[in-house]
Formats: sequence, structure tokens, C-alpha cells
Amino acid sequence: MYVAVKGGERAIENSLRYLADERRGDRSLPDVTLEQIGEQFTLAVDRVMGEGSLYDRELAALAVKQARGDLVEAIFLLRAYRTTLPRFGATRPIETGRLRLRRRISAAFKDIPGGQILGPSFDYTHRLLDFALAAGGPVPEGLGEAAAAAPAPRVADLLGREGLIEAAEPATDEQAAPDLTREPLGFPAPRELRLQNLARGDEGFLLALGYSTQRGYGNNHPFAGEIRQGEASVEFVPEELGFAVEIAEIDVTECDMINQFKGSAHIPPQFTRGYGLVFGGSERKAMAMALVDRALRARELGEEADAPAQHEEFVLYHSDNVEASGFVQHLKLPHYVDFQAELVQVRAMRAAATARRDAALDEAAE
Amino acid sequence: MSAAMPDRESPAAGYSFAYLDEQTKRMIRRAILKAVAIPGYQVPFGSREMPLPYGWGTGGIQVTASIIGIDDTLKVIDQGADDTTNAVSIRRFFRRTAGVATTERTAEASIVQTRHRIPETPLREGQILVYQVPIPEPLRWLEPREAETRKMHALADYGAMQVRLYEDIATYGRIARTYDYPVQVNDRYVMAPSPIPKFDNPKMDRNPALQLFGAGREKRIYAVPPYTKVKSLDFDDYPFSVQTWDRPCALCGSTTSFLDEVITDDRGGRMFVCSDSEYCAGQVAGQRAAAGGKDGPGHD
Repeated sequence: MYVAVKGGERAIENSLRYLADERRGDRSLPDVTLEQIGEQFTLAVDRVMGEGSLYDRELAALAVKQARGDLVEAIFLLRAYRTTLPRFGATRPIETGRLRLRRRISAAFKDIPGGQILGPSFDYTHRLLDFALAAGGPVPEGLGEAAAAAPAPRVADLLGREGLIEAAEPATDEQAAPDLTREPLGFPAPRELRLQNLARGDEGFLLALGYSTQRGYGNNHPFAGEIRQGEASVEFVPEELGFAVEIAEIDVTECDMINQFKGSAHIPPQFTRGYGLVFGGSERKAMAMALVDRALRARELGEEADAPAQHEEFVLYHSDNVEASGFVQHLKLPHYVDFQAELVQVRAMRAAATARRDAALDEAAE
Repeated sequence: MSAAMPDRESPAAGYSFAYLDEQTKRMIRRAILKAVAIPGYQVPFGSREMPLPYGWGTGGIQVTASIIGIDDTLKVIDQGADDTTNAVSIRRFFRRTAGVATTERTAEASIVQTRHRIPETPLREGQILVYQVPIPEPLRWLEPREAETRKMHALADYGAMQVRLYEDIATYGRIARTYDYPVQVNDRYVMAPSPIPKFDNPKMDRNPALQLFGAGREKRIYAVPPYTKVKSLDFDDYPFSVQTWDRPCALCGSTTSFLDEVITDDRGGRMFVCSDSEYCAGQVAGQRAAAGGKDGPGHD
């Protein structure tokens, strides 16, 4: 009897129906709304927007809901939608020095113009499960207007005035900026392409790589020069108008790492920089990104580059979780033709080995 | 929150014919033309994110989406069969986004998209075979760095590959590659035939159909134009050979097709059947018709 190893149309339909039912869960409980996800799972939505490379809170919330909370799956959904959108052009670079700050800290200086602002952070929570939250207890009033802080200068710019830190690379013509979602990655990749790749790279992967640099695999002595989070204006210059129009406000987190100084007989020593920028409040990702960005600059700064985080092809080819997830999971697809080819081979090789051994035994017996 | 949600009632509405927008198709067609002009050379292209996962045929799907027209008839196979789940899924995708006719019959198809097999029924002029490719770089196992492998191809520096095959012979007494067996195209580029069993390699040689290869995740397209020489790498004293079975297909009796092993019980029982299910069914139907012809009409 030929057992049905091959699934078909019906099996897929039933699987989809089963999945939809599992996603909904107990029908007696209210369906979670996109507004609830957008408001209460903010950081999940932030991550999906960032690694999904599409700033749209509502679509990201839908992706989180549809993916049953699996964020990598949600990122995939958002990416697959993003790829169908037309590209109108590139916006002006956002001016992070003018962020309407919600949070802003520097580990390099005790006090800085504009002050240190803790903002809404997990940092000083004691990680105690809050049973009052489980019981639906009251939540304290928000800070209201007091929470908003005026824009403050960037720490790196303050250091830059003294020439203590390398200058930021001048912004390229935004219309000429490369786009790795349109052109395949080539090597060696310029820093702007590397940063694009890291910005949409998997948080867990970058976290582990960044961590590895701290443990000695390509250390470059980082200080968190500044981490700032807030709202930035996005400006676009439509060709037919010729002047900038504000088209959106987006929430971003920026991390400027100050790293090991460099100098030579001709150039006085300067600190070097690693940079991270992400959508929303994905601070861990921004910091990891800044560490990896700095590690990937090893070659251009004349450093040895033998640690994994400094290996450009290794990092950039494996950072994308949509690519990685697909290829790892494609092992679920049938491979029985190839496996059969291997089976035939191994059987033939075993038969040959047995024949050789028998022949040797016969010879020994004679 | 953004303005209006896109229309969710009809998923295919609002998308272009065969999903990809026309600019993207043009970009991919250019890559295909370049690939045809340089047989076996891997052309980088701006692979798009598809609504199917990477590693599940996104390269083949993009190639098919770029060449398919409303008059085409599409066949999709995985492991040689039309009814494996991923083949069903990809066929559904094109039915949904392009509304084209689909078929299971190799002879009727103008485009065959495949994973891991070349159909047993010989292809003819005018047909296009689209392969799904996981790792397009045949030298990847020898050299992980892309910058290096591109250089090796540019210089036709394939000594390392010959050494690897020789090492197999030294270790196992034979070349141990059984699938994705490297070939040289048009006496120039060494090419990965995708993970088809080496059994299928000879079918690539001077095939009248156009063979296109799409690797979505790796962002490469390559091609073998019709009637192009495709040679499986080997040595004079260790010539290339294909798999053989010591029994025929248990369903159709074919002795010339690639057989899959099916385990039928837990006491060592197994049977061997054609991996190309359409070819197998066609053989069985042909035999029935012939037998019916002898018995006279009316019998089935």
C-alpha cells in the first residue's frame, strides 16, 4: 500500500483553518484590538516596525496580532507588505539633535547641557512580578506636560567642538543613498549600507555579537556617550515643490558610542564612534547596533579584524531574521529525493566495504 | 496611527499581476537576459521580499512571476511531485495572483517551476524550466567568503573543486556528491544545478528548453540557454555516473526513472515508486489503455 506521504490542497486548507482558530483562542474572551496592541505592547510594535523596515504602528500591531505574538513572524508579514509599496524617494536626514526628548542619558559625563533625563525606562525597576497588575489594580496618573523636554545638543557634537572625537561623516546626497532593499548587497559594503543592514537586523543576533565584543572578541572600549529617545520630524522635498515639507513625526532611539581613540604622528588622537538608530524605544537594539557598527569599522581604522563581529560578510549576511528564519525552517520541506540519493550511495558504499572485508577474511582463511 | 487600512477583503486585489510590480519585473528580466547571455554566471539582482518564506522558493517564484503571461500554463513540482504541500502552495499563489492556467502535465506546461527534480518527460523547445535554488554558489563549501568566490569564478580558478572531488575518491573510493553535483556550463562557469539528484544532471545537457535558476535569499539569477553544453565534473578514470536501482517502480514498472523509497511498515517493508508522480500516472494510464485495447472497449 502506497502510504500518503504527500499532503495536498485540503491539508493546507485545514491547517490554515486550524491556525486561525488557535490564534483566536477562547471565543468567550474578548478579541484583542489593534489599538490595545499599539498602546500596550508598544515595544513589540516598535521592534516589528524597526526590523520590518516600515514605520506604521497600526500595520505593525496587525502583524503582531496575526502572528500570535511571534515577533519574527510579524516582522516577516510587515516586510512582505512593505515590498509591495512604491518608493517615492528619500527623505531629508532626520536631525536627531532636535529630538523632542523623552529620555536622554550619557554615561560619559556626570552632567550635560540639557540634563540627564531618565524617561520611561525599565532600568531602575526591581524585576518583581507585579501581582497588583495581574489583579487589575489602579495605575498612577501620567506626568503630563512635565514629561516633555526641550531639545538639547548631542554629546558627540559637544566633544566634536574640541576635536576630541572624529567628525560624523558628511551626509551623502539623500537621493543617491543606496537602498539594500532594492539592490543586492556587495562587498566591501560602505558604512551607510552596513548601518541599513544593522538597523533591520535581528535584535538577538546583534545583541550577542555586541556582547561578544565586550568579552574580548574584538574589544574597542566603548562608553555610552549618549542615548536619546524622542520624536523626530521627517521632511521630504517633493521634486515639483523644491522645498522641504514635514510629512511625519517618528519615535526613534539613538545611541552614540564613544570608542577607543586613534591617532598617528600626523593626526592627534581622537575618540572613534559607533552608531545605532532604531524606531521607537528599542534601546537594547540601538546599543548593540552601535557596538557592532564600531566593530565593523575595524578595517577602515587599521585594526586587526579577526573576531566574528568584525567580519563584514559574516555579520551582514546573517543578521536578517526573515532570511535566517526562512532558510532554517525550509529544512521542514520534503527532501526525500536528495535523501534517497544519499541512501543509495551509503548502501552501495556499505556493500562495497562488506565485500572488501569478506574478501580479506577469505584470504586470511586460505 | 496610519490612515485607511488596505482592502483586506480580496487579498489579490490591489496587487499587480503575478504579485510583483512592473518595475521589479523589468529589473528581474534584465537580470535574466544577462544570465542567458553568460551561461552559468550568477547575476546579482535586487531580490524582493516575497510573501512566502526565504528558502521556500522565493527565487523561483520571482523568476516565474517576471516571465509569466496570461496565456502561460504553469506546472509546479517539489520532489518531482505536483501534490507535495509546497508545490501546492506555490501553485495556489500564482492562481491567486496571476489567475493563470495550471497543469500537472509536463507536456502541457509552458513554464515548469521545480524544486529538487527535472521531470522525467523530456522537455521541448519553447518550454522554460525554473529552478528554486537555496545556495547558488557551487564553491561555497570550499570558500565561505563571497568576495573570494567571485574572484575564483572570474579567474576560472576551479582547482579547489577538483581537489575536493579527488579527496572524495581518496576517502570513499568514489565522488561522494549525490545531489547538487557541480557542473561546468559551456566549458566556462562551474555552476550549482540546485539540489537535484545527480541522476538528473545529464538531462540539463543540451536540453532544448530554457533553464532559469532563481535564488531569492542569496539574490542571484543564472541560466542555461537551450542546447547548451552542461558537463558534470569528473575525472577520466572516475567518470561521472548516475544512481541506479535494482528494481523497477512498484506502480508503473519504469526502470528508467528516479525512485523514491517508501517505508510501508516497521518490519523492514518498503517499496520504490517514481518520484515524478505525473510521469508515473501517465505510464500507468498508458498501460491500462494498452491492456484495454487488447481486451476490447468498455473495460477500464
